[in-house]
Amino acid sequence: MIALPTGPVPATADAVVVGGGINGLATAVELARRGLKDIVVLEKAYLGSGSTGRCGGGIRQVWTTEENILLARESVALYERLSGELGLQTFFRQGGYLMVTEDASQLDLLRDAVALQKRCGVRSEFLEPQDCRDLVPGLSVERLAGALFCRDDGTAYPFSVVWGYARAARRLGVKVFIRTELLDVSTAGVRIVGVRTTRGDIATPRLINCAGPWARTLAAKVGVSLPNRQERHEIMVSESYKPFLDPMVISISSGIYFSQGMRGELLGGIGDPGEPHWDAADRFDTRSQLRFAARFARALIDHFPPAAGLRLMRQWAGLYDVTPDHRPILGGVPGLDGYHHLCGFSGHGFMLAPVAARRMARHILTGEPDEIIASLSLDRFERDEIEVDAFVVG
Amino acid sequence: MSKRIMCRCEDVTYGEYRAAFAEGFTELESLKRYTGVGTGFCQGKGCLVEAALELSALRGVPPEEIRLTNIRPPVEPVTFADLAALDPPPLIGELERARAAATPPSGDEEDGS
Repeated sequence: MIALPTGPVPATADAVVVGGGINGLATAVELARRGLKDIVVLEKAYLGSGSTGRCGGGIRQVWTTEENILLARESVALYERLSGELGLQTFFRQGGYLMVTEDASQLDLLRDAVALQKRCGVRSEFLEPQDCRDLVPGLSVERLAGALFCRDDGTAYPFSVVWGYARAARRLGVKVFIRTELLDVSTAGVRIVGVRTTRGDIATPRLINCAGPWARTLAAKVGVSLPNRQERHEIMVSESYKPFLDPMVISISSGIYFSQGMRGELLGGIGDPGEPHWDAADRFDTRSQLRFAARFARALIDHFPPAAGLRLMRQWAGLYDVTPDHRPILGGVPGLDGYHHLCGFSGHGFMLAPVAARRMARHILTGEPDEIIASLSLDRFERDEIEVDAFVVG
Repeated sequence: MSKRIMCRCEDVTYGEYRAAFAEGFTELESLKRYTGVGTGFCQGKGCLVEAALELSALRGVPPEEIRLTNIRPPVEPVTFADLAALDPPPLIGELERARAAATPPSGDEEDGS
């Protein structure tokens, strides 16, 4: 049962979490598991209606920076247990990630990445083009310069994970309100003291911003300036076919990715460098475009000619909440007690949220320092050189 | 549990649909994802109205109060070969985007609002 409350919101709460996607629900569950009592989650539409429900469901450890690899490794270990923890099948399937390139100048990058991943305990390997054919019969390997394969990576069904967290939230007494929008936040000096919603006011000492592409607009209400930009990314599914594709195939040269879902549908997307980005919610445009379908189809057939006769069935768009280094922003801000954010996942929220939420809940409730959260704090953009992982695709 | 079929593409029965409603899936968008109603090759042309009317009965509200799911392109499945033969058209222009910002682009796309 995930039956959700209707009617007014409670007058007080120990924490208000904004966003009913994977970040918000996972954070609420992790806080409740650690003993926090009255937790309210606000979702303005339906659960998973933002970026979580639009995403491709990929979960991978193949990155080029140590921080990303270690966090992703922790995430895969968590996803391996998540169906049992939540009491709902997440359809997590470890078919592997096959990361290919057509660009010979990227081969050293792949080899260095494999070496670093191995040092971090990730079971990835470098593959010559002809070896890829064993993994994906029909793949156009003559185009490829080389590839990297990680057998432990995979995919899950985003809505199942959202519903699983919602179910766990209900068991733990968390109150999840859908069709409920946050209107304003009140502060007293340096403290969060309450929120105003479309279902009434809540007095609360904690506000946790898990609003995804809307996080920037929410942060602005409490005077926090986030550098996040929002981008439209499109994705599609084909009709269902019998299983023919085991791993997720992703190209760091063309930007395409595609996998086969548990229902047999081919699911994939491709980045478009011509897409604009926005910085305010009133500018968002998530309409589908014929341009995407045409570009995706070309790239798909280039990489995988047998797909020519398959049929695209449905396409849609979602938003990435992108930071300057394509890594999330976690933690709080100095001088504003009770405000926390998990945002800016830059297209990788589904794969990282469960572990980010777990670390954040521990950090919020114990106040103990967490080296991952410290490395992903908002002030890093003033402090550090911006380093973008070379395996950010799309 | 009723074995009458609601969605022929995905083999979803009225019984399964009602069970999902009883579990707490009270909106068409969520019922669609949980049961698979309307996600097969006809994309809801055969069952979306049935699903909306049944939800109206389950919730005890008039049909006009049931929010339909977003309608996604294409109208019918199209081969990748046919799509690849197209010259990719340009992105929806900045001019149109400015106009869209002034008036919300489409009433049924609630995420865009």
